[in-house]
Amino acid sequence: MGRYIARRLGQGLVVIFGVTIFVFVITRLIGDPVKFMLPLSATPEQREARRAAMGLDDGILTQFFRFIGDLLRLDLGESTYVRGQSALSVVFDYLPRTLQLVALGMIFAVVLSIPLGVLASRKPGGITDRILTTLSLIGLSMPQFFLGFMLLIAFTVKLQWFETGPGPWTTNLVLPAVCLALPAIGRLSIVVRSSMIDEMNTQYVKVAKAKGMTQRRIMGVHALRNAGIPYVTLLGWEIIRALAGYTVVVESVFNWPGLGFMAKTAIKNQDFYLIQAIVFVIAVIVVLLNIVIDIAYKVLDPRVDLQ
Amino acid sequence: MTVPDEYTSELHDVEEAEHAEEALHGRPFELAAVRSRSGLLPDLVRDRLGFASLIFLVLLILSAIFGPMILDIDPNAGNLSNAMQPPVWHGGSWDHIFGTDWQGYDVLSRLLAGARTSLIIGVLVVLFAGTFGVLIGLWAGYKGGRTDRWLMGWVDVQVSFPGLLLAMLLIALVGGSVASITFILAVNGWMVYGRMTRGVVLSVKERPFVEAAEIIGCKPKRVVFTHILPNLVTPLATLAVLEFARIILAEAALSFLGLGIQYPGVSWGLDISRAGDHELFGNQWLIIYPGVLLSLTVLAVNLLSSWLRVALDPQEREKKFAAAAIGSGKGAA
Repeated sequence: MGRYIARRLGQGLVVIFGVTIFVFVITRLIGDPVKFMLPLSATPEQREARRAAMGLDDGILTQFFRFIGDLLRLDLGESTYVRGQSALSVVFDYLPRTLQLVALGMIFAVVLSIPLGVLASRKPGGITDRILTTLSLIGLSMPQFFLGFMLLIAFTVKLQWFETGPGPWTTNLVLPAVCLALPAIGRLSIVVRSSMIDEMNTQYVKVAKAKGMTQRRIMGVHALRNAGIPYVTLLGWEIIRALAGYTVVVESVFNWPGLGFMAKTAIKNQDFYLIQAIVFVIAVIVVLLNIVIDIAYKVLDPRVDLQ
Repeated sequence: MTVPDEYTSELHDVEEAEHAEEALHGRPFELAAVRSRSGLLPDLVRDRLGFASLIFLVLLILSAIFGPMILDIDPNAGNLSNAMQPPVWHGGSWDHIFGTDWQGYDVLSRLLAGARTSLIIGVLVVLFAGTFGVLIGLWAGYKGGRTDRWLMGWVDVQVSFPGLLLAMLLIALVGGSVASITFILAVNGWMVYGRMTRGVVLSVKERPFVEAAEIIGCKPKRVVFTHILPNLVTPLATLAVLEFARIILAEAALSFLGLGIQYPGVSWGLDISRAGDHELFGNQWLIIYPGVLLSLTVLAVNLLSSWLRVALDPQEREKKFAAAAIGSGKGAA
């Protein structure tokens, strides 16, 4: 187990390093942060001077080695969009809001997808099953940004129950979290349904039935626990996908100022240092989550061999 | 799931026996469709949702191809004096069937142009990513050993990248056009095919017919392409259809974020974003038209793929009908 984790951490470092270098190269090719930093009236000489001061006119290799040196000291430079702050501190200012969003969204997803999936699996092919399966498919087929606008039109514009933008979670975070959760609910409940159907046809369930155990206990205690193994893996992937992508979309629909919103802004303003810091932090989180998922898999299912 | 054995001890229970009888009653009828091999189309017609999806998609493809020719309105020809015309069914004119938006753009022509963008990018990305992924997967699976480890290591590393973020960065670099988005989504999406192909190759490689081909002296190329590749058709077809849906969503999301298709290109995602910025408190239909079309397209593709998965795989069929038969008795399927 210890060796396995060490090896995975090693692989993770390779991924993080690879992503960081990739982003370094891309950001150096994208454009010129100075263009956005100085007022439009700045003369070419002033721009040139600023570029020199930032070390942007050194050779790409010089820049690269300086970058690696800074990276090893976890110095990712100063943000050019949020003036006077280090890029990493900007990331840590915005990250908590994204984590809140993902956490609430995933709580919704878990709380709803398990009962819905179990309900659908009770009578495969029955009317409840067909309605729930179709609803899940609709949920996972709707693009999140469109879903977000529909929620906004219904609950913010027409009913005025919720607000957008930063604010307390009861009024401002519920809608984005629902929007983040709905496609996940669709995908997860389909998985719960099909693995429950599989489990209900196993020998141990027949034994449980034969000795007179109630349906509720068989499903709720025995089958659900085994069906939970693939579920945990998929939930982990949902979290990863949310962090590394979906929040960008959801946050920009609802103006929720989290890291995803900031990522979009940083790319549009060609803020090299901030982009690097965001991708770096997200890559670290994703790598760690991947390892946690694998370990959880092992803990839940002793048959899995992690070598 | 294993297919339940009809002659088990369950028959002691009267209720269970009835159940089993119903199950038996339902199955041969359904399984007849598998045996008779009457072709896919009749089977699809029986699956009402799948059939409706197919019809929807065919209509969409036809209107994406021919619609702009018949309608002949430039989707980017704005005329502010013509802005916010109502659609025909609200007393608008036949010049603009779905009305116009706040810039005077014709809504219907933009919807059709958006359909074109989505479908072209979806098809091209599936084609490129699929070809590349299958080749890599075949190579890794057939060669094995170090080649396999390196190629699959590459897949693993790329899979753990935060995909959408990197796609956004790349598009910021090269600019958003149909070609660049196609390229970037393909670079981002070939890994699934690689993994799946490798898995199938590994399971097929040891089978007697492959060994026989090798023994009679077939070259590796021939073994791979004429003996192994045909086994991939079924899983690949299902995967490709699912990926098509995912790609359409990805393109729309990128365009929505302003990092995909740009003016003068037209995309549903871009139009939802424009209308969302401008008409959230105004004429919300301008958000709803492209959004519903996009959702329906993805839904139809998803429904079609779930039908396809069952139809192409006898084991899945057996599973579905057996489960349905046991679950709901006579009302199977």
